[in-house]
Amino acid sequence: MVIVEDKESVHAPPPRRMSLARRETLVGLAFLSPWLIGLVVFTAMPIIVSLGLSFTNFNLLTPETLRFVGLDNYGRMWRELLNNGDVGKSLGVTARFALLSLPLTVGLALGLALLLNQKLLAAKPVFRTLFFMPVLIPLVASTIVWQGFLNGRTGWMAQILHAFGLPAPSWFADPAWALPGLVLLGIWGVGNMMLIFLAGLQGVPTELYEAVKVDGGGAWARFRHVTLPMISPVLFYNILISVIGVAQYFTQAYVLDPGGNGNPGGSTLFFNMNLYKEGWSYNNMGYASALAWLMMLVVVVAAITMFRTSARWVFYAGDTK
Amino acid sequence: MTRNTLPVPLTGSGRGRSTRARTIRFGISKLGVTLFTASLAMIFLLPLVYMVLTSFKDSSQFTTLNAPLWPASTNTYTASDGQIYTVYEVPTANGVQSLALEKPGRESSTFVDPKTGQEVAWQGNWRNLTPVWSLSIKLDNFSTVLTLLNFPLLLRNTLVIAILGTIGAVSSGVLVAFGFARFRIPGKDGLFLVLIMTIMLPFQVLLIPQYIAFMAVGWTGTWLPLIVPHFFANAYNVFLLRQYFRTLPRELDEAAELDGASPLRVLWSVIIPQAWPVIIAVSLFHFFFTWNDFFAPLIYLTGHKELATMTVGLQDFSAVYAASGSGFLTQAAALLAMIVPVTIFFVAQRAFLRGVVISGVEK
Repeated sequence: MVIVEDKESVHAPPPRRMSLARRETLVGLAFLSPWLIGLVVFTAMPIIVSLGLSFTNFNLLTPETLRFVGLDNYGRMWRELLNNGDVGKSLGVTARFALLSLPLTVGLALGLALLLNQKLLAAKPVFRTLFFMPVLIPLVASTIVWQGFLNGRTGWMAQILHAFGLPAPSWFADPAWALPGLVLLGIWGVGNMMLIFLAGLQGVPTELYEAVKVDGGGAWARFRHVTLPMISPVLFYNILISVIGVAQYFTQAYVLDPGGNGNPGGSTLFFNMNLYKEGWSYNNMGYASALAWLMMLVVVVAAITMFRTSARWVFYAGDTK
Repeated sequence: MTRNTLPVPLTGSGRGRSTRARTIRFGISKLGVTLFTASLAMIFLLPLVYMVLTSFKDSSQFTTLNAPLWPASTNTYTASDGQIYTVYEVPTANGVQSLALEKPGRESSTFVDPKTGQEVAWQGNWRNLTPVWSLSIKLDNFSTVLTLLNFPLLLRNTLVIAILGTIGAVSSGVLVAFGFARFRIPGKDGLFLVLIMTIMLPFQVLLIPQYIAFMAVGWTGTWLPLIVPHFFANAYNVFLLRQYFRTLPRELDEAAELDGASPLRVLWSVIIPQAWPVIIAVSLFHFFFTWNDFFAPLIYLTGHKELATMTVGLQDFSAVYAASGSGFLTQAAALLAMIVPVTIFFVAQRAFLRGVVISGVEK
């Protein structure tokens, strides 16, 4: 062993010194190659192709009629946005869902994390597991469970509301209540965010809390001036991930109405449902590509806005020290 | 010393009493907070309780209003002539009795006392009476669903896709993460930024060209589009693995290199044995991802029921049976569909939860 090592150190370095760095680069790139190939084949090329397709009338059933149509697809989107056609409706449904569900799920996840971080709570790992567990249930299955639970006649929610003398809506059968029903279903997925908040909370130095105590601050002051700023990066991450998640919302709405019309009454016509209908029910892949690019644009604008404003409300403890 | 300090709480010196009072107060608060959290957890998981109980109910209980929440059936009485009557709770002069309804009438009915076999005449509308329910757990729903849903086939399909995909995701993820964690490559930081950005890319924008390409090579109607792309490293997994690899000491790598180990050998014999927690977490993530995935199997396996995955089969089933008022069957099907992921989660939750935390906090 030792002899081999000696040989290497004596003979190898001088002539190869230049090529060593190059060799490391090449070997490193070889390790990256699965991802690099995937990046080109499954990401970069599809992005370019879908942009190209969005300017055509490509239909999967009649590919031979493929024709460049300029901005026609975007023009149609614009018209459907203005006259509240499917694009306008589906953007509206998606935005309404985001406005209802984001504050609720983020707030609830933070609330649960604060609760599970209490010194006064026994059996923490058990509760952590219980509140996380529904995240692991396949979305199709959890949608079915909530469909049953919220059924206006046989579901338990109706019976609970009746027991309190309250009127029970028929949720997924009522255009006014279907979206709130999906928001409730979404609450089942707070486990992921809760865990991330919990880890963030555990990273807050206890000296800071003691400092507030010395200054005579109560629980609210501790939360407002220590906890919130200290976990703001985690809050930022959770909101960003949620926004991206809403942009991809599909499965739950599809289980409610596989017909793709967002029934009841178009109240669950999410953006991706409309995209699916155009692309796979009508085979209008050119137009569906334009829809995909519109969603891409919305997500990019939302993400850039969040990053731009983050300097004002996200506090990175590491930066100031 | 000991003699003096030991009885302190008992004799009631000021300091001892306040310590004990504080301990008691702490205990009560702890009990209160824990009970509060437990009731929240119960409310949170109530739909699951609904699912489990409903999947053991039969159709007659499911469609009956005011039936018990637990699986039950109405009590019946078989008369000497072989006729079967339903037993009701009947208010009589001697208090509420369980009587079998023999001759129903609008204003008066004739009941039979199941204990004595004697007839009892009763004034009032029998429709206002509640039947007597007793616990009755029926497994019929599960045998029905196993056949109608074709559960064994869906299970096999999903397992094959999940296992092959997991092998691809983990092996490619480990290779790429090793490349990012241990090699000096010009422009590596830029590449890593691109990697992180692909996590945020909405999948729709890639979907249509991918679909067209898979169709062009004849892969639609096969499992290949659900497996092969995962052999090209998912950004999320790479990120997770790289973060972990970077925490491993370099000295061991360097020692192995000095011994003449090739980079692959270093990865295999030095890095991987130290990185089991994160490798398990990534494997679980991919496994759960496949078990949950719906859109890709929906579009790639359309018209091939024999290839369908659990989620697609379950959705198909629910579209037929939820609409026909057989909610008890769809609940049983949902229960079957979640058994595998939920069981695996309970077995491997520590590795899994740690993986979630690493991914969220370190960004």
